[in-house]
Amino acid sequence: MSETNVAWEKVKLARHPKRPTASYLIKELFPDFIELHGDRGFADDEAITAGLATFNGIPMTIVAEEKGRNTEEKIKHNFGMPHPEGYRKAIRLMKQAEKFKRPILCIIDTPGAYPGIGAEERGQAQAIAYNLKTMIGLKTPIIVLVLSEGGSGGALAIGVGDHIFMFENSIYAILSPEGFASIIYKDSAKADYAASIMKLTAEDLKAFNVIDTIIKEQEGLHVNPDYGIQSFKTELTKVLKKLIPLSSTKLLKNRYQKYREMGVYIEKGAANEPETTED
Amino acid sequence: MNDFLSDRKKKLENFKKNIRKKHVNYDPIDIPDGLFVKCDQCGAAIYEKTLEANHSICPYCEYHFRMNATKRMSLTFDQGSFEELFSEIQSSNPLNMEGYEDKIEKGRKFSGLNEAFLCGTASLVNIPTLVGILDSNFMMGSMGSAVGEKVTRLIEYATKEKLPLIIFSASGGARMQEGILSLMQMAKTSAALEYFDQKGLLYISVMTNPTTGGVAASFASLGDINIAEKSSLIGFAGPRVIKQTIRQELPEGFQTDAFQLAHGQVDLVVHRKDMRKTLYKLLQFHQRKTGDK
Repeated sequence: MSETNVAWEKVKLARHPKRPTASYLIKELFPDFIELHGDRGFADDEAITAGLATFNGIPMTIVAEEKGRNTEEKIKHNFGMPHPEGYRKAIRLMKQAEKFKRPILCIIDTPGAYPGIGAEERGQAQAIAYNLKTMIGLKTPIIVLVLSEGGSGGALAIGVGDHIFMFENSIYAILSPEGFASIIYKDSAKADYAASIMKLTAEDLKAFNVIDTIIKEQEGLHVNPDYGIQSFKTELTKVLKKLIPLSSTKLLKNRYQKYREMGVYIEKGAANEPETTED
Repeated sequence: MNDFLSDRKKKLENFKKNIRKKHVNYDPIDIPDGLFVKCDQCGAAIYEKTLEANHSICPYCEYHFRMNATKRMSLTFDQGSFEELFSEIQSSNPLNMEGYEDKIEKGRKFSGLNEAFLCGTASLVNIPTLVGILDSNFMMGSMGSAVGEKVTRLIEYATKEKLPLIIFSASGGARMQEGILSLMQMAKTSAALEYFDQKGLLYISVMTNPTTGGVAASFASLGDINIAEKSSLIGFAGPRVIKQTIRQELPEGFQTDAFQLAHGQVDLVVHRKDMRKTLYKLLQFHQRKTGDK
């Protein structure tokens, strides 16, 4: 490849060992954060950190995928790969947020939902599906931030919301570039090439209307986390101001419409099919 | 060099003429292709017509062969009752992926469908329903923008017409060739089901072989009643990916219909021959009173 592979550079930055994880963001943005645990059914999944905090005096519910930064932490947080109980904890606390009319902030940072025996036994597919369906109808603002890596259904399971932010050097994709390359090119070593065509950068996703706002990082969160975090803080303030006054009917209608319009397909001379717009 | 080559060529011709010829000296027996099918599970050779008459189920071990959407439609719903909807929606190539158009073309030839999802109205013992069937012959029944749009329109149509909805899934998951847009179809289809639900309508999801990935993790798992057809592999991650991640052998029967039933992920496992009967019974339990609309 002669020209620089911008997408692959972003993949490397998104996975940079010095890049802050969700716990750092929470500490910086929400000094009064109090963590809440457990799905009330099976366990507390530490791949997802969740709890309560105030932001500009507004109580909020925070749900975040946490990768951990050193080996010990990474093992504790299962490299940010949640099990079904993690998604169930997340949705339990989001429903609680709806009850108390608290806006929700979801921070995405995961290579994907964990593929393992226990995860399958406890219904990984069901847990993700349930979150997607439930989040679309929660009567409280949901703000989503892709911090570093948004991997597949494991990211989307806490990623349905009214406003989606993405850090400049984060990625969000259907699968890791390695996984994609191994499926499409039968060679995971072609990950860099895969990244270049997958459209996984913040700019690509903005062009597809999958996300709403890109947060600039200047030199990168791994060098200077404060710049990015301060920009996010400003943007979050603006978006909350816009979303909080909306009636829940309007909020949910907009949210539905946002996802309803996603996708690119051909419609060949629609003939006699009935109108199917919602009322 | 030239001498060497021509010498070799002569020798090869000699070999073909004199030596190899001798071995082809038999009367070929005429066996038409595809008369017998080998069972994936027990290995038995099954006469194709026997298999067809037996709903594509192995007569020896009850293994359910994969079934295309058109066949399943005629097997499950009232003869001639199916009317197709949304066939005008077709895939484009938003990522400009090399080879994607060819794959779509192949899928069309192989399945006889425009896309991996066949849907419309049909009746089951005269009960009107909306039905959708994923076809694994079309790019492994994967969900891209077109499939996602068709599923969503079907759900919205059912919501508007207040009709029960039955979807048969057979899918490897989200369609890689459309990247993030395929992923978003999981949210879109699940969103439509939320509003369908609020109208108090019935959705029966039937997971057939295989139902995995983004389809399993969206509309296929969201039925009021989730059915697994016998002989189905059902799960989020594929067995190969799990094996690579955990680096151990997977337990016997992992991710089968029986496994899903034992772990509480599906309501019931149904034999293909009982599918129509079971669906009819379930639809009857949910029949709306006249004037209930």
